[in-house]
Amino acid sequence: MKRTARTATTAAGLEPAVTVSRWSRTATGFTGVAAVVIAVLAVVPYVLGEPAEAPLITLLTFVAMASQWNLLAGFSGLTSFGQNAYIGLGAYALYLVAAHGLNPLAGIAAAAVVVAVISLPVSLLVLRLSGGYFAVATLVVAAVFQIVATLSPSVGGTTGVAVPGLAGYGPVLREALIYWATLVVAVASVAGVYLLVRRTFGLDARAVGSDPVAAASLGVRVGRIRRLAYLAAAGGAGAVGALIALQTLYVEPTSVFSVQYSVDMLFMVLVGGMGTIEGPIIGALVLFGLQEELSSYGAWYLVIVGGLAVAATLVASRGLWGLVSEQFGWSLLPVGYQVRGHIHAGRPPGKA
Amino acid sequence: MTWVNAVIQGLLLGGQYALIACGLSLTFGVMRIVNLAHGDLAVCGAYLALVLSTALGTPVWITLPLLLPAAFVAGLLLQVLLFGRALRHGVLAPVLVTFGLSVMIENLLQEAATSDPRGLNGGALALDSFRLGSQITVSWLFMTAFLTACAVLSGLQLLLSRTSWGRKVRATADDLDTARLVGIRVRPLFATVSGLAVATAALAGVFIGTIGTFDPYQGTNVLIFAFEAVVIGGLGSLWGTLVGGMALGVTQVVVGQVNEAYAVLAVHLLFLAVLAVRPSGLFAGHQAAGHQLGALG
Repeated sequence: MKRTARTATTAAGLEPAVTVSRWSRTATGFTGVAAVVIAVLAVVPYVLGEPAEAPLITLLTFVAMASQWNLLAGFSGLTSFGQNAYIGLGAYALYLVAAHGLNPLAGIAAAAVVVAVISLPVSLLVLRLSGGYFAVATLVVAAVFQIVATLSPSVGGTTGVAVPGLAGYGPVLREALIYWATLVVAVASVAGVYLLVRRTFGLDARAVGSDPVAAASLGVRVGRIRRLAYLAAAGGAGAVGALIALQTLYVEPTSVFSVQYSVDMLFMVLVGGMGTIEGPIIGALVLFGLQEELSSYGAWYLVIVGGLAVAATLVASRGLWGLVSEQFGWSLLPVGYQVRGHIHAGRPPGKA
Repeated sequence: MTWVNAVIQGLLLGGQYALIACGLSLTFGVMRIVNLAHGDLAVCGAYLALVLSTALGTPVWITLPLLLPAAFVAGLLLQVLLFGRALRHGVLAPVLVTFGLSVMIENLLQEAATSDPRGLNGGALALDSFRLGSQITVSWLFMTAFLTACAVLSGLQLLLSRTSWGRKVRATADDLDTARLVGIRVRPLFATVSGLAVATAALAGVFIGTIGTFDPYQGTNVLIFAFEAVVIGGLGSLWGTLVGGMALGVTQVVVGQVNEAYAVLAVHLLFLAVLAVRPSGLFAGHQAAGHQLGALG
């Protein structure tokens, strides 16, 4: 929330001609709105109760997944279609820590940490590849974890296991707790990605994403940036997996390792707008709406989701948010800097 | 003797993996596109063969003169309408587009053909076998699949090394901009490469469907196996891909002999082990491998 602006002065040194700042009035307004929205979302269980909680849990889970995949693919150029590996592992991690008596809510954080730790050795392998080969390698990793889960009798093999959920709480409180946990994970994902990409990491990651060789030649530590993004996204997916396990109270390998999760992430980020903070949230809203409308159409729903993702890549590569922000010049959660004011040479003010 | 048998069956199975993989290799080598829908296109080929051979009432082999040109044209169109456009949107766009295409194909097949596993009518060839020594029986179908793979790989190798088309392809693969400068018309070249890749995928799909069964969602697994064959063999080397496919096949059959449940896992672990120890593959073509690997890790 830096408000201090760097200023450039004219030759006479009297008045600042150009202001370079990240923050804008729109952004301040939006931050206020966002704070109000989060506060409203936080009190939903008291006011509206369960009927509102269930759809919002779905939506907030989408927001978390989309923001995390955006960090990976949108900012760092790592198009992983195997994030379902970490969602599945998160679900199993939650089962294991809960079975050992840890409070399942604390288990969500534990699952995120466990999954991030597991993803470290995996990253050493898959990050040896890039682009499309990296993408297929992540599919292999997801297949490996799914098979291992299927072959492990201690976690129920192919049939899966029931999660010892929040048994100590009453049903209303239980649902509310899951809702709040989902809200926390969603807000933490968006805010976490935002705060991360505002740092030097954001510039480095985008450099790595658009041209790793050029980035490396400028001294960006490509391997480190990609590893950090991969680990953070894996940990986030682990938390989402733990939430899904708590929501469904059952962990079964084919459903928790479903590639569907990766398809959803791809869709939300591409349609909403890659490489922006706002885009994935828009994408989550769109997917949520589509799912409500079209889920009865079975496989056609997925044909449409895949088709829209392809269309977005080819026709509107900056997504819906890209179209909006171009039109109105908005940047609600800015990650870059803007130049304002006018330069005496007569050039009009413009965006940096 | 069962082990010798397993190794022989594994080597033959490897031919099939190589047949699927050569199209993947070709598309990447020339156009720098990893086609994530490649496995799904192979499965599409199997479904098209099923439709044709049911309509004609003949074994699937008779449909090949119809199927392969159709697949070639489909490949041309995909390149012109989809992949070529994606290439103009940067390096990530083809990955995203082909993955989206893969999702679409799988679910369209699901809508059109249900998720029931299907098989293809291989005629008399599918049932016949010959004996090696006293204890080893080799199916003619497996043998045909293997020999077809070898023939396709040799054919591609000859096309690439001996014809003027092949020289243009290699020049373009080496350096796209210079190829354009010296007057190679890149778009039609890319389209024919894509056509060939899809035709080989469809041919592989026919063998997949004749030897085993196929269903709408099998494409991803087909892709993964082909990809592993490519990486184990070394990017950019067609014969390396055959050896990679054989390594996969032998691992799968030999481990399957011990415990069927671990066969596929063993294949994936072999791939990850190669990635850990020798990421450029066993027989890396130095050029293509350099583009993709190393340096950045």
